[in-house]
Amino acid sequence: MQVYAYAVAGWLALAGALGIARSHNLVHAVVALSVVQSGTYVLLLSVGYQWEAAAPVFASGVPVTTPVVDPVVQAMTLTDIVVSATVTALLLALTIQIEKRFGTVDPDELRKLKG
Amino acid sequence: MSGRARLVVFVLGAAGLAVAFVFALGGMPPFGGSEHPYRDLAVAAALRHVTPNVVSSVNFDQRALDTLGEETILLGSVIGAAALLRLVGHEKERPERAGGRLPDAIGLGCYLLLPVTLLIGLDVVAHGHLTPGGGFQGGVVLATGLHLLYLAGRYRSLERLRPLAWYEFGEGASATAFVGVGLAGLAAGGSFLANVLPLGSFRELLSAGTVPVLNIVVGCAVATGAVVLLAQFLEQAIRITGGAGPGSSG
Amino acid sequence: MPWVPDTAAAPLAVAVPIVAACLALVGARWAPRPLIDLLATGAAAVTAWLTGALTLAAFGGRVVTWTGGWSPRDGRSVGIVLAADPVNAGLACLASALTCCALLYSWRYVDSAAGHYHALVLLFLAGMNGFALTGDLFDMFVFFELMGATAFALTGLRVEEPNSLQGGLNFAVINSLAAYLSLIGLGLLYARTGQLGLAQIGAALGGRPADALVVVAFVLAIVGFVTKAAMAPMHFWLADAHAVAPAPVCVLMSGVMVELGVYALARVYVTVFSAAVPAAAVREAFIAFGVLTAAVGCVMCVTQRHLKRLFAYSTIAHIGLFLIGFALLTPDGFTGVAVYVAGHAGIKGALFLLAGLLLDRFQTVDEGELFGRGGRGAPCWLFLLAALALAGLPPLGPGLGKALSEDAAGAAGLPWLAAVFVLVSAVTGGAVLRAGLRVFLGLGHRLGPVERDTQTAGEERPETETALTRTPPTMLAAVVLLVLGGVAAGVAVGLVPALAAAAGRAGQTFADRAGYLGQVLYGGPPRPAPPPVAARWTGSGVLSGVVSTVLAGAVAALSLWLPRGARVRARRLRPAVDGLHRLHSGHVGDYVAWLLAGAAGLALALLALPAAAPG
Repeated sequence: MQVYAYAVAGWLALAGALGIARSHNLVHAVVALSVVQSGTYVLLLSVGYQWEAAAPVFASGVPVTTPVVDPVVQAMTLTDIVVSATVTALLLALTIQIEKRFGTVDPDELRKLKG
Repeated sequence: MSGRARLVVFVLGAAGLAVAFVFALGGMPPFGGSEHPYRDLAVAAALRHVTPNVVSSVNFDQRALDTLGEETILLGSVIGAAALLRLVGHEKERPERAGGRLPDAIGLGCYLLLPVTLLIGLDVVAHGHLTPGGGFQGGVVLATGLHLLYLAGRYRSLERLRPLAWYEFGEGASATAFVGVGLAGLAAGGSFLANVLPLGSFRELLSAGTVPVLNIVVGCAVATGAVVLLAQFLEQAIRITGGAGPGSSG
Repeated sequence: MPWVPDTAAAPLAVAVPIVAACLALVGARWAPRPLIDLLATGAAAVTAWLTGALTLAAFGGRVVTWTGGWSPRDGRSVGIVLAADPVNAGLACLASALTCCALLYSWRYVDSAAGHYHALVLLFLAGMNGFALTGDLFDMFVFFELMGATAFALTGLRVEEPNSLQGGLNFAVINSLAAYLSLIGLGLLYARTGQLGLAQIGAALGGRPADALVVVAFVLAIVGFVTKAAMAPMHFWLADAHAVAPAPVCVLMSGVMVELGVYALARVYVTVFSAAVPAAAVREAFIAFGVLTAAVGCVMCVTQRHLKRLFAYSTIAHIGLFLIGFALLTPDGFTGVAVYVAGHAGIKGALFLLAGLLLDRFQTVDEGELFGRGGRGAPCWLFLLAALALAGLPPLGPGLGKALSEDAAGAAGLPWLAAVFVLVSAVTGGAVLRAGLRVFLGLGHRLGPVERDTQTAGEERPETETALTRTPPTMLAAVVLLVLGGVAAGVAVGLVPALAAAAGRAGQTFADRAGYLGQVLYGGPPRPAPPPVAARWTGSGVLSGVVSTVLAGAVAALSLWLPRGARVRARRLRPAVDGLHRLHSGHVGDYVAWLLAGAAGLALALLALPAAAPG
């Protein structure tokens, strides 16, 4: 259990990267990139976790002395998610235009830039 | 490179990184331990600034510059996607096709859910400094709530509720407002993004100084930004015809 | 500064471009185009003034600003710090000045994207300024992504060109993937130290020797930066992106964005890791990667005929030199790289704009198709002057940076590196000179058609509304300003003693880790330092500059007038060169594989080297 969460994070990152490298469809590649980013969410959240600690929100009924998990990694993850969504949007916009200009979304068929 | 050569390079690289990562994990602190130095500081700082939701305090008070950057990324990608998906060449908008009819139950459900969803979104934004949630989460609820109209089969009524130019202005205005709050802090408190408003009392709606203000600003930004982004893709799917076509410009 | 306190300048350098971008976005709906041009260029000029004043202030000691007023107590804070020293404030000033020139050039740039272009360029500037000035690792990631998102969109902006889309996509996927690997490194560091500020992490890592976690965290954390810097083998995206981006955007990307990657690598190593990860290992690893980058860049540069790709590979070759200068890890090495970057930015920016002018007039940037068509006007002489400057001609900017870096390498006990600097300057300068002589003066033999198997075709639509018949004054003014900047970096700094001493102090302040930690965490005063090595021209520097310029002339002459028989014999080298060209395949999957291989190589090198070279 000690390293299980961290290992999942590493696994997601490498599996996502493999997905991009082997992709035959840019939409698939863009989603694979999001899988890599999911690895970062898992890593950040598990780094900030503490057994038996509450969520870092002192709503009514939660005394301010309650131990809470790390709020900083949650804030970072929130930022990370917005970044992921925006980058995905830009990449999908490019993919739409690539489909229009090249008539394909297979990276193997994009042969305009080389050398 | 051929697919096989690419795979060989990839596997060598991935294996090397995996080995390095496993070595590194040996030095990680125990999972779920109680040592979190930044957490201890951040919780104390949030309580000093009368903000029960510590995540909001980190996002909108302690590390508000990160959120300004992120807000700007959203603005940049909204502008970027709009620029990338603009009409070019032979493309033009086509009139909406008269689509098939939806079962009345779905339409009715969507109309009933629309005001409820928008209210929930506003609530999540407004209480972002008190309860779980905040500008990001509420903004996403607001933006997707609006698209219930699309699910109800009324793209035209969605378009009426969604004059895109105004949403783009809203996105720009939110970013400007965020910078404005930062500059107010600079003028009144001596440092950019300082929390200069009265802090109020714990767990009250009007408390935590600038945190709820920035929550609302970010809620507007995320809601308008997500609407514009989704609109670009919906337009592409529904309204754009006559693209340059495969290879015609290559 | 008379109107703005020094501590306000750093946040304003981020805030001003953001507000101006919003105004441009809204204003473009009703205001005439010239007003938007004026607004955007003016905002960039104001930012350049702010960051210039910040740089001047930083020479008297770092300007430290805690945003939100979260000043540290007992060396601990929850806030984000903006810490300006002469190097990073100077980079922000460089970014602002280049943006100003790029926007001036863009007055004639066709913009069917209704103010979107101006807004994106200004947000790009905000991203670069924030990235340069922040002293917080996660904040660096955020502004890295801001630079990224805006640059991806700008690269793909000409959506009617298929090339432009493919280049934008490769750029976006590779840089995003690298940024996420950086974030994993940041997560590992956070697990160890529980801190995000550079100074705080550095203090928490302390003087303890690094274990595997710290070394791997270092490598992963910098993967994003070295990918942005286009270090081989993470460099593939750069040529694709530069080949297709609008010329004024290339000025920003080649002139300062990729250099910010080298800056971030240096900043993070010096401030955070230098007391933990052994300097000897870092020096060996990055000199090796720097030489590799320079070699790949040189070969690809001299065998290019697509002008924008030629310049892009010359940038990669120079990045190799900047990496070597960083790897010396000495104050005068940092000074040398800083001066080199300033000179290179002006010269390389001017070259990209000149290529843009050729594209707007002739709808191609292919050296063969442009043979003799450039004419003998001002662009011709500016192009040839820029080529000589790139080759290291004294007393121009790049030559001074090169000479200072060579002296620093000699002082660090690695005098053989001077040969690398001379060779790279000669080959890249020679390639640019050859292209200039062929395009503008019609010298040398004609080139055959483009070999589509291993080369990118050069024809494209112009970036202006209609093809230009002559050079518009605003466009020429932007080019002249950039060349003047590149020249001044060498003449003013190298010959005025006060400026030479100031440049030396910049490198010294940058290298002073203890001073950074003390001033950021404890608000201590700037530490008194011994007088720095002045960044002035020396006899050996002038000599080496003359040698590399002469060699560049020889490279150009050889490629223009090599007798037919010798050309046939030179073809025997073709398979190796073609093989290298084929690796640059434009395939995003290939680039991902190389990115991981490069990161793994760096990690294993640094894990293995400390055992071999302790200390």
